[in-house]
Amino acid sequence: MDFLRPETLAEALELKAQRPDAVPIAGGTDVMVELNYDHRRPSALLDLTRIPELQQWSDGLRVGAGVPYVRIIEELGAELPGLAMAARTVGSPQIRNRGTVGGNLGAASPAGDTHPVLLASDAVIEVASVRGTRMIPAAEFYLGVKRNALEQDELIVAVHLTPAKGPQQFSKVGTRNAMVIAVCSFGISLFPQENRVGAAVGSAAPTPRRASEAEQFLASAVDFGNPRPLLDSVKREFGELVSRAASPIDDVRGSAAYRKHALAVMARRTLGWAWQELMDGERACA
Amino acid sequence: MRVNVTVNGEQRQADDVWEGESLLFVLRERLGLPGSKNACEQGECGSCTVYLDNVPVCACLVAAGQVQDREVRTVEGLADGDRLDPVQEAFVEAGAVQCGFCTPGLVVQAHDLLDRVPNPSDPEIREALAGNLCRCTGYEKILDAVRLAASRR
Repeated sequence: MDFLRPETLAEALELKAQRPDAVPIAGGTDVMVELNYDHRRPSALLDLTRIPELQQWSDGLRVGAGVPYVRIIEELGAELPGLAMAARTVGSPQIRNRGTVGGNLGAASPAGDTHPVLLASDAVIEVASVRGTRMIPAAEFYLGVKRNALEQDELIVAVHLTPAKGPQQFSKVGTRNAMVIAVCSFGISLFPQENRVGAAVGSAAPTPRRASEAEQFLASAVDFGNPRPLLDSVKREFGELVSRAASPIDDVRGSAAYRKHALAVMARRTLGWAWQELMDGERACA
Repeated sequence: MRVNVTVNGEQRQADDVWEGESLLFVLRERLGLPGSKNACEQGECGSCTVYLDNVPVCACLVAAGQVQDREVRTVEGLADGDRLDPVQEAFVEAGAVQCGFCTPGLVVQAHDLLDRVPNPSDPEIREALAGNLCRCTGYEKILDAVRLAASRR
């Protein structure tokens, strides 16, 4: 095995082009588990932790793929409340000190914690190779169980997100507060000026998935300009449509029926919280 | 490959390191520092917690090559000679140590908490230690130890 240690992004892309089989590693929270357990023996590891471009963010907002969760929580919570909430539910403090959104996207597990938020918030994934840069909307990034739209010579460089234009919420079901892979999860983003809502489910289908019908229903059922308390029937219908967007399976973490039920509950509740924030004229701060 | 790394303030060198090896293996098997414990090897238990550039991480999830030219501080590096760190002392006095396997990781993690939050609330202590498993104590004495250490700083 080779250990490749680029110092710049250009160097990393050059190496990835020469060695498409090299496995990128940043926080190591997925890759090292596979190595420790002998589940994977790549011919090379491509260490991305020395590349300054990946550890930074800029206004706007372009978040480097290598920014660890702890910094998103502590430094980007005001701009990206939904992402910060999801980041808080990842693993433990030690894991959040190392793990990155880039890693979440690279692994593309249907249960990855940040995916529902990225989908609900219209995130765009910036990927690059020596051939150039591609901007991939989150909705087109997840292709299957642990499969994403990345080509063999490409690396995930950044996630582009707009600072929240309205309330955002995230909810996740697991057996305890720390160290759990989601049984199922849900993210919602309100865009009041655009009379629009983003909603997405995690760990409840082969890929993270937008709940488009639920989004459309809610946008047509409420008045963002003059927010009034939501009717229970609206919340319930929204929950039902979110649940219907999922196609979960029975597995060790939970049954399909439970996931369906839990998603409806989470959707109803997070909508209630987000809507309350909108009425209060406040913005959630993670 | 060869890995050069500062460990507990000392420049160290490890040779014949396998490229897929973890920092934990290097510490325990190549540098003679078995304080960090090897249990789950998947970041689940926290017993291998060490500082990497002053940030607590699971050493089992750090690739050896990633620590080249970086700074690692292990549980062995907390005491000042024969004088235990206040967190270590508090663990002993509060009865927070039973079999002792989880202790090094908990001590490092608690040490970091008290550096950042000198007077943590109970929820803050629980949150900080959420990634460290202990199968003996039931955690109550560990919480006592952290409160005791905080009161003495």
